[in-house]
Amino acid sequence: MSDTTDTNATDADDVALEVDAGEVASATDNSNATQRLRGQTDEGAQKLTLSEKELVLTGAPWPEDDLGDTMLINMGPQHPSTHGVLRIMMELDAEEVVRAKPVIGYLHTGMEKTAEELTYVQGCTNVTRMDYASPLSNELVFCMAVEQLLDIEGPERAQWMRMMLCELNRISSHLLFQATNGMDIGAVSMMIYGWREREESLRLLEKITGLRMNHNFIRVGGTAADLPDGWQRDTLETLAKIERGVHEYDELLSENPIWKSRLLGLGIISTQECLDLSITGPILRSTGFAWDLRKAQPYLKYDEVDFDVVYTTNGDVYDRWRIRLEEIFESIKIVRQCVEMMPTGDYRTQDAKITPPPRARIDESMEALIHHFKLFTEGFKVPAGETYAALESPRGEIGCYMVSDGSAKPLRMHIRGPSFYNLQSMGPMVRNALVADAVAIVSSVDPIMGEVDR
Amino acid sequence: MRFLFSAGDPLFDEAFDFMSMMTVVVLLKVVVAFVVLLVSVMLYIWGMRKWIADMQNRVGPANAGPAGVLQTLADGIKLFFKEQSIPDSADRPIFRLAPYLSILPAFLMFCVVPIGGEVEILGRKTYLQVAELPIGAMFILACSGIAVYGVMLAGWSSGSKYPLLGAVRASAQVLSYEAAFGLGMLAVLMRAGTLSTREIVNQQQWVGMESLVRDWFLLPAFLGFAIFILAAIAETNHPPFDFVEAEQELVGGFVTEYTGIRFAIFFLAEFMNIITMSAVATTLFLGGPSGPAIWPDRFGAGGWVNGTVVPVLWFVAKVLLLTFCTVWIRASLPRLRYDQLMALGWKWLIELAVLFVLYVIVDEVAQAEGWNRAIAIPLALVGGIAAYGVLYLCMPKRGETVEEFR
Repeated sequence: MSDTTDTNATDADDVALEVDAGEVASATDNSNATQRLRGQTDEGAQKLTLSEKELVLTGAPWPEDDLGDTMLINMGPQHPSTHGVLRIMMELDAEEVVRAKPVIGYLHTGMEKTAEELTYVQGCTNVTRMDYASPLSNELVFCMAVEQLLDIEGPERAQWMRMMLCELNRISSHLLFQATNGMDIGAVSMMIYGWREREESLRLLEKITGLRMNHNFIRVGGTAADLPDGWQRDTLETLAKIERGVHEYDELLSENPIWKSRLLGLGIISTQECLDLSITGPILRSTGFAWDLRKAQPYLKYDEVDFDVVYTTNGDVYDRWRIRLEEIFESIKIVRQCVEMMPTGDYRTQDAKITPPPRARIDESMEALIHHFKLFTEGFKVPAGETYAALESPRGEIGCYMVSDGSAKPLRMHIRGPSFYNLQSMGPMVRNALVADAVAIVSSVDPIMGEVDR
Repeated sequence: MRFLFSAGDPLFDEAFDFMSMMTVVVLLKVVVAFVVLLVSVMLYIWGMRKWIADMQNRVGPANAGPAGVLQTLADGIKLFFKEQSIPDSADRPIFRLAPYLSILPAFLMFCVVPIGGEVEILGRKTYLQVAELPIGAMFILACSGIAVYGVMLAGWSSGSKYPLLGAVRASAQVLSYEAAFGLGMLAVLMRAGTLSTREIVNQQQWVGMESLVRDWFLLPAFLGFAIFILAAIAETNHPPFDFVEAEQELVGGFVTEYTGIRFAIFFLAEFMNIITMSAVATTLFLGGPSGPAIWPDRFGAGGWVNGTVVPVLWFVAKVLLLTFCTVWIRASLPRLRYDQLMALGWKWLIELAVLFVLYVIVDEVAQAEGWNRAIAIPLALVGGIAAYGVLYLCMPKRGETVEEFR
């Protein structure tokens, strides 16, 4: 069912990409099979993109004469299974979805615009609220962009800490997915189990960063604080608990006949469609394209740890669920290596222009006081230029495009939220599915509306 | 008159007299049965929440009363005092009527279930059972059939789309499973040769451990039991077949537009249905109140302990076991998809039930006529499968339209 590219850290990229190329070729060549699987003709596919384009772009009402015996139904923004405030307009023929159109914007808070009013010091507080299920990825991508503009790199320990925190965050995010996905398919106990293990991971994150979510822990030049005493023991204990729990989910659901009959072969999407729609993350990997930025363009210290990119070839809901389940094990593997290999040293850069002085120094040093005051009033200036930083969040490629005009605030900041792009896959996937399937499919996309609307 | 009311009940051995203790006893039984059912629903909901909480590493209701046992009562009182809204597009009289239509069959079905043996109330002998109908089993079928009206009319009269989808699902689901439900029961009725629930229970009386395999209809009608349980779960809209109110798909399904006490009544009806179905299954397959006497040396085989109290306890224990199984299912299984439920009902359950009924008929006739069952039963099954084969060949093939077929 789920294959993993079994590679070592050194030649990981090559092997992974070789496998990709083969898979992509077979997926595109075999387009007839893909169409058959999706049960559509060319005509249907074309009509879908046209109508979606029309409707999304113009916001036009659904054409009256086109309706016939179908019923329009509005799912969300207040609906138990739309993951926040996603709204889906669905045209139903009995229970079959003829067309579906996601309507977004109900959680729009203008964070990208807000970023232009905040200094680079304050920026992390803003971006961490976008993808609230994996806030550390957002902070990291913001900091990576700023550090690229500053042309600095945090100390070794900071890099390893960041990597460990991001993987812990990936675990908690995937656990959240396990919970909500189970709930959406009616496995009510799964929701509580998922939450149980997620609570463990959040407790650990709270111990390290001080907060359960919206940590604001990864800062430009390093992290906000060092790891607390006894973090190795706590981390390993938490990982053991989570591992036990995830094995339980595996036992509970993987071979469950109802679970399989519901999910296998549902919501199939091809590699080509994913690439056309800029879809990344588990959805892309489920189609046989083992694209993971941690391997493809390693950042932090991902090239020094040993882990596998999980990918499958069916591109259905079951595969996406399975991939996220297996990725938890991979992340656990990475965190264990981080615990082993964590270097000693500074956890933030010693450049006094970027890093605020320790509290004790302010009482005894005039320079420290001035630096502190300047950093928290006007911030630090960043050389003019533009940059794009990207990394693999639990949902796919999260990117930060940043333009600086040389002042202490970004001229423009744009976040490429993977949920926003991934949500586009919903339209093609729910065609000809039943209402219950549509819910499962939306759930398998795992959109976080905070990131979609930003 | 006697036939109309209750044939077997010794209460009506004398001529019917309206102005007598007879009426009082009947009314008393009705009221007590209703109250008992309401209280048991309250306890069931509490037990369900506690059991599920245990399975999910939670505490469950804990604050209202000892161990939260009064939580359901508190919820009921809260809902009773809440505002009841009716949508503008609703069909108002039917919208108001629907909750009561759904609770009535659940209670009526319980009326024919024998809870215990014969007792004396106010100087009159009577059965521990509200009504002993000569057609009890038919009555159960009829009630489970009309139970869908409440749900269907509620969804339809709400004048809103999600309830409408719920209503359509409900009517299709209950109609589909009614057949399997009836055929599952038919196996027992064939074995027992009667429609009276009291008579069915009497045939399953406890004479020793061998009753478990010989007298109870659990094993003689094993496939009927499995089919009956599956169909009953589907009929009561219980997970994993709870499409009618599938929260993740249809928000609240048919109850989406309901508020206050009307909403509560729907849920009362739903849980009452589960208890009633468990009671019916106990009656038909698990021997109803029959079970070994407790300490017969001390209390005697009859008497008020082993004649009155212990049978009731056995009945309650069996119902409790079945309801616990429903909770277990609720906690552990994901929901099926609607078309999968239909496929299961039409393509498997009904066929299996028909074959099993055929088997029971042949078995019974062979016993009565003294045929060799080792020959008769396989022959009959081969005949049945051959008949299926012929029917299958006559049917349109997959993907063939009706016109092509003709």
